[in-house]
Amino acid sequence: MLTAFKNFGKFRYLLYELIKKDIKLKYRSSILGVLWTLLEPLLTMIVLTVVFSGLLGKGDDNFPVYILCGRLLYSFFSTGTKTALKSIRKNSSTIRKVYVPKYMYPLASTLSSYLIFLISLIVLVGVALYEKVNMTPAIFGAIFPLITVFFLTLGVGLILSVLDVFFRDLEYLWTVVLMLIMYTCAIFYKVESLKSVTNEWIFKINPLYSLIVNFRNAVFGRALDMYHFWYALGFSAVVMLLGSFLFYKKQDKFILYI
Amino acid sequence: MQEENSFEMTNTPAETAVVDPAEKKETEISDGEIAVVKEEKKKPKKKKPKKKVIEVNGLGVRFNMAEQKVDSLKEYFIRLVHRNLKYKEFWALKDVTFAIRKGDRVGILGLNGAGKSTLLKVIAGVLKATEGTVSVKESVVPLLELGAGFDKDYTGAENIYLYGSMLGYRRDFIREKFDEIVKFSELGDFINVPVKNYSSGMRARLGFSIATIVDPQILILDEVLSVGDAKFKKKSANKLKKMMKSGVTVLLVSHQSEQVRSICNKAIILDHGRLIASGKAEEICDRYEEICSAEKTK
Repeated sequence: MLTAFKNFGKFRYLLYELIKKDIKLKYRSSILGVLWTLLEPLLTMIVLTVVFSGLLGKGDDNFPVYILCGRLLYSFFSTGTKTALKSIRKNSSTIRKVYVPKYMYPLASTLSSYLIFLISLIVLVGVALYEKVNMTPAIFGAIFPLITVFFLTLGVGLILSVLDVFFRDLEYLWTVVLMLIMYTCAIFYKVESLKSVTNEWIFKINPLYSLIVNFRNAVFGRALDMYHFWYALGFSAVVMLLGSFLFYKKQDKFILYI
Repeated sequence: MQEENSFEMTNTPAETAVVDPAEKKETEISDGEIAVVKEEKKKPKKKKPKKKVIEVNGLGVRFNMAEQKVDSLKEYFIRLVHRNLKYKEFWALKDVTFAIRKGDRVGILGLNGAGKSTLLKVIAGVLKATEGTVSVKESVVPLLELGAGFDKDYTGAENIYLYGSMLGYRRDFIREKFDEIVKFSELGDFINVPVKNYSSGMRARLGFSIATIVDPQILILDEVLSVGDAKFKKKSANKLKKMMKSGVTVLLVSHQSEQVRSICNKAIILDHGRLIASGKAEEICDRYEEICSAEKTK
């Protein structure tokens, strides 16, 4: 354990370099560059608002802000897990020749997605101010879902990155699962307003939905929902433990398969 | 009982001292003491043997060669149900035991597929041993495949930081040495061009320059002595020679005995994953040439 920490100290510059590389290369050949981090969620918000704004009634939360809260969290989870999933195979040529702690790759890709996500929160602040959403001290509650979503994404990403080494199909399978997760996140509608709520359990077991609910609660000045709080926290902790364990157990086998 | 092929011994591998198991255990606890004990058994030497920097003990590396590659989930389950998940086991290395002392320049000889590169990968930490232990006491710089850690979309300058950090260098250290690296690589203005536009020679030159900017304590060479054009080849050979003079420990993989003769003072021969000989470079090279010519006449 101690050597693991020492090793991390030695390679923390690598972590920094990998994150820098991810972000730099992502926007290298585009003219607007890092501005896309802000433009992309803003434009999707506009599209979703134009199409779906009838789904919320009067007296409900402000629609553009409602959408943004859901979409930003979901898109971080989706890009974070997708890049982590590919991280080991993408760096296979390096893994085969230079020794570095392998968890650096999924960790760096999740961290760089997280950084981009944090930057894109500026859009949310801007839109909330523009739409004159009443912000109260409850906004500080947003810290909990924001931290939990990182560990949820990292944990799921670790599991996926390990499995992907052994089963290439996972990449395609995961896009389907992500779609299911997206539709059960209630990004542009309210669960309560669905005609039939017979399948409400499907929302209840989606940890990302729990996070989004609490994130919205914080943004709109409400108290956190304790069921969703504990469920998301517990789920993330389990996934983190499982992911770390699986990664630790299987990492020496990677080189034989990539 | 296991043989220990340690390089401080002057005898030929056929006569390698047999260490009894009790003593063997001691080796793991305190190798400093055991080295002295062993010395008393043989004729006394003037110089105290240097400390062991690499110890390989009963090393075995096994690969599972799936006869058909199963890498899709569906296929895996079908085979699991039909109990058809058979792997052919293949030992790339088996029962390899030796130790390298500080300042030794060791050549690893062997025909193709003898396990040379596998051995280097285990020492470099890229591959894990299936059985046995490998302990490396000092910092290793592997020159296995130059520029393996480069990102092709990154410029040369950016790759210096990336690759440097992969080798475990600190950022301010790289910044300090940046100019020196660029100068040695002779890339000039190309340093700001993405690496994907480099020729293979340029890439290798940059990789070599980054990897050798530190004074490593252990240098691992996998037939990379021929980097770039004739001029750079000479330059890199000079740099390596300078490093060797400063007492760095060298591991060189080769299947040419001439190369080993000119660089190394010790050598080992691997054959089908087993260590078949170890000792002084000249003797081992002679033996290797015998094996090669015998192989040819077969």
